[in-house]
Amino acid sequence: MTETDFSWLIGGPQGSGVESGANIFSRVCAEIGYQVFGKREFYSNIKGEHSYFTVRIADKKIHSNVNGVNLMASFDAETMFRHYDEVVSGGGIIFDSDILETTTDAVRTLDTPFKERLHKELESKNKPFTVAGVLEIAKEKNILLFPVSFKSILHTLSEETENPRLRGLVRMYNVIGVSLSLGLVKMPTNSLHNAIESIFSKKPEIAKINQQTATFSYNYATTKFDTFVHTLPGTEKEPGTLLVQGFQGTALGKMACGCRFQPYYPITPASDESVFLESHELLEIIGDRPGSIAVIQTEDEISAMGMTIGGALTGTRSATCTSGPGFALMTEMLGWAGINEVPIVITNYQRSGPSTGLPTRHGQDDLLFSIFAGHGDFPKIVYASGEIEESFYDTGNCFNYADVFQVPVIHMMDKFHASSVITCKKWDAEKISIDRGKLLETVEDGYRRFEFTDDGISPRSRLGMDNGIFWNTGDESDETGHISEDPVSRVKMMDKRMSRLDLILEKIPKEEQAISFGTHDFTVISWGSAVGPVKDALEMLKKDGISIGLIQLKLMHPFPADYVKSLLDDVKTIIDVEANQSGQLGKIFKQNLQRDIDYFILKYTGRAMTSTEVYDSLKRIVQNKADRREVLMHGA
Amino acid sequence: MALKPAEYKTDVHNDWCPGCGDFGIVNAIQMALADMGVQRDKTVIFSGIGCSGKTSHYINTYGIHTLHGRVLTFAQGAKIANPEMTVVAVGGDGDGLGIGAGHFVAAGRRNVNMTYIIFDNGVYGLTKGQASPTLKLGEKTKSLPSPNTNSNVNPIGLAIASGFTFVARGYSYDVRHLKDLIVKAVKHPGLSFLDVLQPCPTYNDLNTRDWYAGTDLMDEAQKRHSRIYKLEDTGYEPTVHYNSEIESNEKLSQALIKSLEWGTKIPIGIFYKNDNTTPYTVRLRDKIPNYLENPPSKQNISKNGFSNTDISKILNSLEV
Repeated sequence: MTETDFSWLIGGPQGSGVESGANIFSRVCAEIGYQVFGKREFYSNIKGEHSYFTVRIADKKIHSNVNGVNLMASFDAETMFRHYDEVVSGGGIIFDSDILETTTDAVRTLDTPFKERLHKELESKNKPFTVAGVLEIAKEKNILLFPVSFKSILHTLSEETENPRLRGLVRMYNVIGVSLSLGLVKMPTNSLHNAIESIFSKKPEIAKINQQTATFSYNYATTKFDTFVHTLPGTEKEPGTLLVQGFQGTALGKMACGCRFQPYYPITPASDESVFLESHELLEIIGDRPGSIAVIQTEDEISAMGMTIGGALTGTRSATCTSGPGFALMTEMLGWAGINEVPIVITNYQRSGPSTGLPTRHGQDDLLFSIFAGHGDFPKIVYASGEIEESFYDTGNCFNYADVFQVPVIHMMDKFHASSVITCKKWDAEKISIDRGKLLETVEDGYRRFEFTDDGISPRSRLGMDNGIFWNTGDESDETGHISEDPVSRVKMMDKRMSRLDLILEKIPKEEQAISFGTHDFTVISWGSAVGPVKDALEMLKKDGISIGLIQLKLMHPFPADYVKSLLDDVKTIIDVEANQSGQLGKIFKQNLQRDIDYFILKYTGRAMTSTEVYDSLKRIVQNKADRREVLMHGA
Repeated sequence: MALKPAEYKTDVHNDWCPGCGDFGIVNAIQMALADMGVQRDKTVIFSGIGCSGKTSHYINTYGIHTLHGRVLTFAQGAKIANPEMTVVAVGGDGDGLGIGAGHFVAAGRRNVNMTYIIFDNGVYGLTKGQASPTLKLGEKTKSLPSPNTNSNVNPIGLAIASGFTFVARGYSYDVRHLKDLIVKAVKHPGLSFLDVLQPCPTYNDLNTRDWYAGTDLMDEAQKRHSRIYKLEDTGYEPTVHYNSEIESNEKLSQALIKSLEWGTKIPIGIFYKNDNTTPYTVRLRDKIPNYLENPPSKQNISKNGFSNTDISKILNSLEV
């Protein structure tokens, strides 16, 4: 049996059901045993702008998307214009035959720079500026075209089911597109019905219409379309496989590790996590009364952070979730949490900056900002999850670090994570350990919150605890927490707090600080969501007989310089791969190891990295044909 | 066993200027806590930044000295996580009505069961006397280079418009009256606000103790007439008795009109009180049935060092 590695793309105006179409497709693929890696791209817009979903499926573990699309399902002209050139030779395009003559100018959401590039391309190939024009190019590239009138499908279906409402129900176009695709690749039809049933389980009426449309479209494809080279009959399903959205890892991790308070302010791409938590605010507790997580929507991110700290002072595991602009507002309070040694977790779903930047697009833009956030010197931890699967367990670790070291922890996630849909091994909450550090159960007389101790960490009382009275202040303080401007005491206090940075490096297990996937002469260092595409790229290179190493950084601050140095061993060429303009990991690497990065592979288009483009750049590097700074550009 | 006001005092040296109105407020808070017999370790004073920010260090309960303008955010977070505590937040008028005005308004919408006391003196004392949000347009306190170019905020009016359910004004040199107001405010089932007129003897040379006492307002018989008068002495009725929109609108309008009174007559006392608005804790309980018995801070989150939360139902729903 040949290996399955198939990419499917669906696009359409925002609000037209692209996402639910992709959900159906992903679910069907996962149900019949495939591994799924899906990714959503969308504008900062509610309705009308172009959004698309790429779903890659394979019969082995995959960590990213690739450049090439094997089958594209499009029900509008814009998708054709923007993505026709991503379809690979031998691939297929399902398109609406009623829009062949639609011109680029008729699509008002095509922005000028894109249109100019497209026109140039069409002109050079002597094609008209229409859907038919781009299809001609596709055809010349040996791409199979599957024309279908979406309108007449609805008409026929409406007559067959005697349901006049269906006739004009354009929001069924997404289900038609998905079902035509599935019919074309001969996917077992029962999984399509199961997927629709599970997605619309709470709306039986809508489920019914969707089922009818799906069946009709599926059959239409199997009977009317020419045969297609790709078939997806299914494969053996790994037991215990989840199909998850990226933000669910940190959300479920928070539930499992005892986070019981999350104030937040809405911001893309972070709010999905908080909304998910609030939707599951009632928690089942083993052997105890029901628990809950209080999710509070605040008036701004400053308030979210203040409330989070207030909650943490009561001994509650407390967190907030935000993105760059929101985190920027939180930084004054981050210092307050630092000087008062308050354990909090800030889940930071990064996006493209600076300023509002590309609000709905990807970027690992805030590593340096997170490391240096806040005025003055104070200890904090910046911790980065690589793949979504890790983020569940990492969340548990972040709360332990916060409690044990009594510092704020910034958990770095990003937009690529947040809007990906993937299959992964079922998370195991029993593996989440809970370490509250020096949080006290009872308090002796004469308690001092900031008492000097051998390891620099003082026993922690909580607001409302019997006999546990303490004071906090953003001013420098003495051991009781009262303001002190004494110079000698100041030095002792600063040193006490800052000594924690060494302690963190000493106590956090090495395998949680950085992971080596093997080193070679050429070795990649990477972090966060860039790690997935790198892993896949390295697999691809292996097939070419090229071995490249990979070290994934997770503890970004304090930086585990000695450990990374030991991992690097005798690596000759270091390649930094990350999704920002300046190579931020490279900067802290150099600062801490006094060693230059030899090559940078960077992406800051706002679109997620694919393994194909990382592969291409790595190959160029090995062949000595690369620029020192490779900038990746794939993606509409 | 009931404690005396002195037992709510810390031995931290108080570095406010001699004659500062803040002394009266901190004394009134300590007296009120003693009066109510609240447990010291079940009480938290949150404070903002500025002279008033030091208040939490002078009171022998949990004391959290926060950031400029942000005191309400910390206080609400703590109260929501542990609703059993008595929570009092304090701060200056610049803190609460300038940099923190957004939080002030948002807090009114939530109605978390706690008390917010503003030390209202018209100046930013600790930064040497710049104009604060309650200083009137055109007024020039002594360290201002030129008269104030901003109009003032009306703290009582803003509190009423924002949804605070107990709104009152005190005067820092009438400590007994202020103490009674604080007791009522703390006992109020919802968010209570106290605007406390507090002369700054160092930087506000307009709204001085003598000015409030009306030494400039002599009548023909050379008798002084204090500007301060008590609403309760005039038969003013601040309370909304029934859960009726008509009545609450009447009481709101009455309070708003009363809040505009300034100049030769300045009212203190309770402007508005409405127990019918659900406190935030009750709103949470409506969503989370055992929230009050098992709030975030009381929940046991581990068993033998591992997670005790059962997320298997959600995981099963995600399983393919």
